[in-house]
Amino acid sequence: MSPTPAKSGKKVAARKPAAKKTAAKKVPAKKTVARKPAARAAAAKGMPAAPRTLEAFMQQAVAMELEAAQRYTEFADAMEIHNNREVAEMFRKMAKIEGKHAEQIMAEMGWREVPAMAPVPAWEGFEGPETTPGDEIHYLMRPWHVLQLALANEERAERFFARLARAATVPSVRKAALELQQEEREHVELIQAWIKKVPQPEQDWAVDPDPPRYDE
Amino acid sequence: MNDAAIAVPLTHASFKSATKPIWCPGCGDFTVLGSITKALAVIGKPPKDVAVVSGIGCSSRIPAYTTCYGFHGVHGRSLAAATGLKVARPDLTVLVASGDGDGYSIGGNHFLHACRRNVDMTYLVMDNHVYGMTKGQPSPTTEPDWDSKLSPGGTGLRVFHPLVVALAAGANFVARAFAGDPNGTAAIIAQAITHPGFSFVEILSPCVTFRPEQREWKNLVRPSPVASTDDPARAARLLMSDDGLNIGVLYAGDRTPYPAASRKPRTTPAELETEFAL
Repeated sequence: MSPTPAKSGKKVAARKPAAKKTAAKKVPAKKTVARKPAARAAAAKGMPAAPRTLEAFMQQAVAMELEAAQRYTEFADAMEIHNNREVAEMFRKMAKIEGKHAEQIMAEMGWREVPAMAPVPAWEGFEGPETTPGDEIHYLMRPWHVLQLALANEERAERFFARLARAATVPSVRKAALELQQEEREHVELIQAWIKKVPQPEQDWAVDPDPPRYDE
Repeated sequence: MNDAAIAVPLTHASFKSATKPIWCPGCGDFTVLGSITKALAVIGKPPKDVAVVSGIGCSSRIPAYTTCYGFHGVHGRSLAAATGLKVARPDLTVLVASGDGDGYSIGGNHFLHACRRNVDMTYLVMDNHVYGMTKGQPSPTTEPDWDSKLSPGGTGLRVFHPLVVALAAGANFVARAFAGDPNGTAAIIAQAITHPGFSFVEILSPCVTFRPEQREWKNLVRPSPVASTDDPARAARLLMSDDGLNIGVLYAGDRTPYPAASRKPRTTPAELETEFAL
């Protein structure tokens, strides 16, 4: 979506979902941290390096869900402060859902606490597969926009697990990746159904009669 | 606080206060805050051992959003306050948060001398090439041709190059990060904190309100093409041809921090008085 206000100060009207746009343009290997050789080789082929144990794979999955929950919470806080309560509530709901996904994975693995993992996860791009980049929100956005962002995240997560399943050399990792891919597919379908129930934003949703920036 | 209490593992949430940031939604400073808290969790220093000092500006609100000790000081003077704090309390990990206006213009002189003194602390400058809090005036890092209502036709002034200045003035660690790369930024901040001496990290942090075109940075930044060096001459050569979009650690030197580790901290006025002829 990236509801970017135009330089002129007039806001850009709602665009097509970011799903198609951002995912297609995602550039791998922009990390500053040196990657391990296997990860580098896999990244060069446009493939993520699949973890070699089920535990490592699930740790990655938990980190992914938690990062998504954390970002949604940040967005909810920001929208609350800017009095966009409907959207704040929606982001809060998304954060809760992602947190629950992390809890489910942990319960499956029998983990009572978030497992220790690499200090900072190294994703293929700048963000985890299920995380909305911080600059893709707008203070006047509508619930429909939130769902578009969530849809893009779930679709990206589905592709991520699909690629991991293809790259996995350990059967238990491949099986788990396929299961999580299927779960993400279900989330995609749920959000698609949800979007149908939410009104599309009006043409001038981003017009602010008292904008923070005046250009004329 | 009961020190005998069971140790709870630190997470980024351990460092986040209940105060909600008032930055514009989409501001890069949100993710920088997340990167700082993540870096502190990785290092494993509890909030009571960390102080966050700032001046004035959007980025300078950060101390209120952490559970660490905080000092929200006057414009451009964060480094002076932080230097005093670190010298008096060397046991604390001191982080200084600033922006390009606060840090390079009003606080420009303090920046030079903080690099020169090489006190062991970490200076994080969230650079968005504009004064955001005061509605969009050009800052020292604003492009000369940036046309706006407040600078018609642009300032025509050459931009300040903070990394070159930091290196020349003696900073012991020089890096650039990008707010849109939260985990990469966290890794650089963690490195900066653990590196002895004065560590300077410029963080490109888009201002979506006054510089919405900075959303494009995520498509423009790239890992630095050369590895970090401890040779200032090599780092200087690299930086002189730098276009401001290379991210990573560019220089990590080995100058001894001030004051020397052997110097005992003085914690009471009486101890200070013994050094003066009163």
